[in-house]
Amino acid sequence: MSNMTTLSPGWAPNPCGARRRRKDRVATILGMIAAGILVLVLTSILWTLLARGIVGLSAGALFKPMGPPGSGGGLANAILGSVIQTAMALAMATPLGLGCGIYLSEYGSKQNRFASCVRFVSDVLMSVPSILVGLFVYQVLVAPFGHFSAFAGSVALAILAVPIIVRTTEDMLRLVPVSMREAGAALGATRWRVTLFLCLRSAKTGVLTGILLALARVSGETAPLLFTSLGNQNWSFSLNHPMASLPVTIYQYAGASYDDWVQLAWAGALLVTLGVLAINIAVRFSARRG
Amino acid sequence: MTLAPARQPEKVSVSEHTEKRSNADTAFQAVVGGCSLLVLIVLGGLVVLMGVGGQDAFKTFGLGFAFRDVWNPVSNEYGAWAPLFGTIISTLIGVLIATPLAFGTAFWLTAIAPPKISAIVGTAVQLLAAVPSIIFGMWGFFTIVPFMARHVQPFMMHHFRHVPGINMLIHGAPFGTGLMTAGLVLAMMIAPFMTAVMRDVFSAMPGMLRESAYGLGATRWDVMWKVVVPWSRSGMIGAIVLGMGRALGETMAVTFVIGNVTAVGWSLFAPRSTVASLIALQFPESPAGSLRLSSLLALGFILMLLSFASLSLARMLRGDSK
Repeated sequence: MSNMTTLSPGWAPNPCGARRRRKDRVATILGMIAAGILVLVLTSILWTLLARGIVGLSAGALFKPMGPPGSGGGLANAILGSVIQTAMALAMATPLGLGCGIYLSEYGSKQNRFASCVRFVSDVLMSVPSILVGLFVYQVLVAPFGHFSAFAGSVALAILAVPIIVRTTEDMLRLVPVSMREAGAALGATRWRVTLFLCLRSAKTGVLTGILLALARVSGETAPLLFTSLGNQNWSFSLNHPMASLPVTIYQYAGASYDDWVQLAWAGALLVTLGVLAINIAVRFSARRG
Repeated sequence: MTLAPARQPEKVSVSEHTEKRSNADTAFQAVVGGCSLLVLIVLGGLVVLMGVGGQDAFKTFGLGFAFRDVWNPVSNEYGAWAPLFGTIISTLIGVLIATPLAFGTAFWLTAIAPPKISAIVGTAVQLLAAVPSIIFGMWGFFTIVPFMARHVQPFMMHHFRHVPGINMLIHGAPFGTGLMTAGLVLAMMIAPFMTAVMRDVFSAMPGMLRESAYGLGATRWDVMWKVVVPWSRSGMIGAIVLGMGRALGETMAVTFVIGNVTAVGWSLFAPRSTVASLIALQFPESPAGSLRLSSLLALGFILMLLSFASLSLARMLRGDSK
């Protein structure tokens, strides 16, 4: 403390200030440690994935279908299954989410009870545990038909994607200035034209960001697929049958006691993570530019 | 000018035209309104179907289902207490660890770090939030679990075995799996998410308040603790509750590291199970229409209620701050 007083000549010694400065320094260090821990966790995850996954990432892993342990199987059908189901899910979720988002921003004023109800529900859906979505789709689309299907998996993923698209669409449309709507209306355009061709177009980047974020979220989801599309050892292109997907395959293989399966699980995990992170980075860059 | 006469004939049908116009508008509104209705129906269906699917279990075991401490597929007796206990305790541990981490990180990012470093670290934190949960599970299983088994647990056993109170918490063979490990992994998953929300809350504060505090000679911590925190208290609690909601329903990450034993006990280092992990593990092997399946759905219903309650709370608190 005597150090402090000599450091600031011309000032009356202020023990209280010294204590505050010390507190500040401790808080700064603790905050830095907290941020450091989070960065460390990310590095640790990426390092583990790279160290263990890159070995298994061969042409065989990428282009051969899954097979019994020791037979040199790959992940190709799981990768394709994931792509198909994710694409289907987005094809369903995008129009629905856009429609709902447009409704909320264009017709959903504060007084509109229905709109605030939908807004709340969409929020709830955004944070609903994904495994419950899987259970729900199981009861609606799997149990009545008696078999698992890729279609059910896509629907489960779509339910997870919709609220994200709704939220970003609404937020982005609300950012469009009123003057633009007025200009459109003054030119004699109908309301739907104004909404679709003026507002939606000017909010294009933001809306696209939402869709990409939904894609990133959905492509790593495992829990909702466990009871819906189940997984498949072979090639499968039928939406009416169980279909393999990368996350579910990772889940099955990671817990297996065969070395080559575990290695494939790591390779798959590396692929999924790189894909998801790449989408996120792309979104951040496009958002910064837009 | 030259266009005006050419347009003249069209104007005759102007009323018809506007009618078509309003028709199109009505149709458009109906379509987007229908989309909204569909979203509403999906959630309604989710809640109702969980309840309906679980009614067998609720009928057989009564409302006490939630507090029965048995999960025995052999004698066909089920109760939700063991997995519920696991869910609640692991979530609590996760939130307790994640809150100071998120608060510290948000504080450092908004008030201390130089802008460039803050941008990089902020991106890293957001990327961490985007990592799929199954990856957290594998990472936890292959790095945290062995670490707990080899270092933390033996250390705790060695030093705290004879301390009353603590010895209860650390009792058990060093498997490395359990509530503590699950809580740690959950904390790492929800901390970046909470950081992002807290950062938004902090930066939503009018800059003038901050500046006037600095002008009075406050240190950065003073500003944080005495100006920012009181101003954004409800938003911060909202962030914590949102993180809690995520931890409650987390499935894949927890399934990897919790050990999956349906039991209740004080030890934080013994294998346990949570609602979500139990559903993920036992659902595939439960025959349709069985009491076991119904019990799992009833568990899902309870989980739904928990997550619903936490979200409503978070929304209320965040609504206050805006």
